[in-house]
Order: sequence, then C-alpha cells, then structure tokens
Amino acid sequence: MSAPFSARRRRPLLALIACLPLLIGASEPRLVPDVSNTQIDIAYSFTGAELLLFGAILYPGGRAPAPDTDVAVVIKGPAEPLLVREKAKVAGIWINHASERFRSVPSFYAVATSRPLDRLVSPRTAAIYEIGIDNLLLSPANGASASEQARFESGLIDLKRSTGLYAEHVGGVSVREGVLYRALVPIPARVPVGQYTAETYLIRNGHVVAVATREISIGKSGFERFVAQAAQDYPALYGLAAILASLLMGFGAALAFGRVRR
Amino acid sequence: MHLYLPIAGLSVNALVIVVLGGAVGMLSGMFGVGGGFLTTPLLIFYGVPPAVAVASSATQITGASVSGVLAHSRRNGVDFRLGGVLVAGGAIGSLVGGFIFRLLQKSGQIDTIIGLLYVGLLGWIGITMAIEAARALMAMRAGTPPPPLTTRRHRKWIAALPFRWRFYGAGLYISPLAPLLLGFITGLLTVLMGVGGGFILVPAMLYVFGVSARVVVGTSLFQGLFVTATTTLVHSLTTHAVDLVLAGLLLIGSVIGAQIGSAMVQRVRPERARMMLALIVMAVAIRMAIGLTWRPDAIYTVQLL
Repeated sequence: MSAPFSARRRRPLLALIACLPLLIGASEPRLVPDVSNTQIDIAYSFTGAELLLFGAILYPGGRAPAPDTDVAVVIKGPAEPLLVREKAKVAGIWINHASERFRSVPSFYAVATSRPLDRLVSPRTAAIYEIGIDNLLLSPANGASASEQARFESGLIDLKRSTGLYAEHVGGVSVREGVLYRALVPIPARVPVGQYTAETYLIRNGHVVAVATREISIGKSGFERFVAQAAQDYPALYGLAAILASLLMGFGAALAFGRVRR
Repeated sequence: MHLYLPIAGLSVNALVIVVLGGAVGMLSGMFGVGGGFLTTPLLIFYGVPPAVAVASSATQITGASVSGVLAHSRRNGVDFRLGGVLVAGGAIGSLVGGFIFRLLQKSGQIDTIIGLLYVGLLGWIGITMAIEAARALMAMRAGTPPPPLTTRRHRKWIAALPFRWRFYGAGLYISPLAPLLLGFITGLLTVLMGVGGGFILVPAMLYVFGVSARVVVGTSLFQGLFVTATTTLVHSLTTHAVDLVLAGLLLIGSVIGAQIGSAMVQRVRPERARMMLALIVMAVAIRMAIGLTWRPDAIYTVQLL
C-alpha cells in the first residue's frame, strides 16, 4: 500500500508519518498527480513560466467524494548553503556589516493552497511538512543568539519574497467536487536551475492524508546552457573566446563604417 | 524584446541595453573616452550584478577600441614602445586586481569598494574638467586666448628613476618604470571598475609625462584594448562573471553610437563638449554617492557558499 509513496527518499521518517494513516485504514483517499511539464528550459527568450499541477483524488471502494477536501502544492528548488549579509551605516555609508550562515536554504519555494494556511492545517502539521514560507527549516549555522538568527532569517525571507523566489499563493489551488484539483504556479525569470520537487498534500480536517511527489528539472537550454557551462568549466577558453568575439565585432564594425564613410 | 543573460542569470530588455551602449558609444565618439565609467554604473542601476557589470563592460571596451586603434595607428598616432610598456604594467595590474577583487568578493565589500572608487575618481575628474572647461569658456567669451595648461616637461621623481629609454613617438627620454607604474594602476582600476582607463591615462600622459599630444589618445586606446582583453581573461578565470550576451549587446550599441558621436563632434565647440562631459561625469558620481549613503532597498544580501 505504501509503495506509491516511496518516492520521498530524503526524509524516510516523514514519509512513514505521511503513510501512517494509510496503513491504519484503507479508507483514506489517494492522489494521482501530474504536472504540465517535468522539464522547464531556460532559453534566450525566457521571461518566466507557469507550472500547472493537476490531478485526481481517488476514493477507495467507490466511496462518495468528500467536499471538504483541501489540497496544498509545494514546489521546492534545490537547497543550497548561503551567507546572508546585513548592511549597516558605518561612517556615513551603508556597508555589509554582519553575516549569518544558513546550511540549507531552498533556492526556490512556492506554495499554493486551496484555503488560507491558518485554516488549512495545524501549526504543528504545517511545520512537519514545511507548508508555508514561515515554516521552512533554514538551519542557521552560526552560533548566534536566537533573536539574531530570527532577524537574519526574516531578512533572507523578505529578500527571497521580493525577488519572487519565495511565494505563497493562497487560493491558488481549486478543488472540483472533491475529485479534481488544479494549481497554477508562476515561475519567475530569475529562477535558479536544478532539480525541483513538486509535493502535493491532500488535507482533510487539518490532517495530511495523502502525499504525492513529482520531480521537475529546470535547466538552461541550447546556447544559454552552452555559455553558462563553458564559463564555469573552461574559463580560460571562454575568456579567450570572449576576447576574440569582441575583437571580431569591433573589427567588423570598423570595416563596415570605414566603407560607409568613404 | 526580452533576452535572457546566461551569466547574469536574469532577463533584460535587449533594446534598453543596446540603447545604453549606443548612448555611451556616442559620448565616446564625441569625447574620445572609452565610456566604461558610464556603462558599469548604468548596468548596476539597471539591476545587473556589479561583478557581471564590471567584467562584461571590460569585454565590450576591447571591441569598441578596435576601430580607434586602427585609425590612430594608420595616422602614426600610437607609440607602440610606450604602449607596450603600459600594456605590460596593465597586465600585472589586472592580475593583482583580479586577486584583490576575489578577496573583496569573499569579504562582501566589493560593491562598496566599487562605489567608493567611482565616487572618488569621477568626482575628482568631473570637478577638474568642469573648472578647466569653465575657464576656457570664460576666456572665449572675453575674447582672450585660453589660459595655458600648466605642464612641466620633467617631474623630479620621474627623472630620478634609473635606466632611461627613448620613446620616439611620444618624444620622451624617461625610465620605463614610470609608465609601467601608470599601466599597473590603470590595469588595477580596469579590473575593479570595468573602465578602459583612458580617463586616467590621457591626463597622466599629457600632464605628468609630457607625452606629445599627437600620440596620447592613440596610445591610450592601444593600452586600453590590451588591458581590457587581459581583464576579460582575468575575470573569466577568477569571478566567472563575463557575460558574452551582455557584452555583445553593449558592443552593437556602442559601435553605432560612436559613429553618430564622431559625426556630431564636428558641430560642437570643444570647450562646450568638455563642459558637457564634465557635467555627465559629476552626475554619475553624485548618483553613486547617493547609492552609498541613502538607506538601500535591500539591507540583506545573499551569497552562495
């Protein structure tokens, strides 16, 4: 019974908790999720994308669908260690003053829910499943005091929110007749590349009754991918190519305009 | 028309970048300056990360100086010996600069240092130029000949340096150590600020070394071409911040703008043109100073570890 949910590799304990209700009674519904695209390519004209997450809720034994079913969809980018710097006014100018390390910060986080978070799940459940931006576990690494950590954490979250990399879409999921759900999540142009996960939570009476995960990969494609990779992997060749391209363009322009003037 | 910049990692309006390159190119065509001192701050205001702005603007200057170097060398306007010494100094300067850039990036102070360098240098140059242009304009109005620029042919400390070389084009007999040091400073500034260094080199060659005016601009362009090329390489190796697409867009704009600018310069009095340039330079310095002293929008910034 728990086979479809073994995809949650990283947190086996949570997966077990998630599946617990299913082991107890086979009467809980099941999720059949899908996404509009499992691969998002960043090409030259990329200005962002929209990810459509949809699926069906299956009720075992042909039971009538429950109308009070809620769905939350969480899209998470690869986690990365970050250094957050805080500016302060020193001698009249604003300079980076203090800093704090965070061990694992999702590079992207978007949550769409069918109703406001505080009326969806209990704070404890929200914390367990990391539903909602304020429930993210960012793992601060410096030995700073709790209040200082909180200050940096809120600074980091505000920054991520303002660049569109962290977002909450309340009401972004619509559930039809307790059977079909769909969520439209915008992906901004500045989205970092990497392997993303889209987790769908089925929620009844404040409890998570089913979880399903899909993987989405976001990557640069074509020329953009080639340029970005070359700059990282072959910096010397890339630099020489950049110089050559620049010289050729300059020389071409000199030739072109030289002829025009004569 | 939106275009994704692969290194900067953001989508920009390609037309804005081309127009920006064009406007800067126009100024460089009119005044014979590289224009890097305008490109870098304008890109930063537009939202391009400072490291990418600095590195890519250096790449753009390489291409933009090609036609100038060719034109000047055809007219014997380049002292290749002096240029070679300046380039050698510039290469060392850009290597050292790349190391400093990395260090400042790690400690998180690079943006502040770039800002301070811009405010200091542009403020100083803008004010000096404005005073000089104002005096020339006033003299013009009074009908008297413009006041002569005080140039001493020989500075004591330069004359005291050992082993002298003869630089025929420049009409100099000085130790190569002095231009080597000058090249070193401009190389350093090229890496840190994304400028060609012409605005340091030209006055230094004219007023400190007393280089013959015929070869000053050509030699400065020659040095700028090689040092910005070295800088591109240094940035590619250390900061990985050279954005080919961004540099290309700027270059398209600037070569077209330079043609318009050099056509326009014939219709403007040189004193007026210098005054205009001085005002633009001061405006950029003031804008950078405001950026440093006003409370920034983002108190918090992040850096990948």
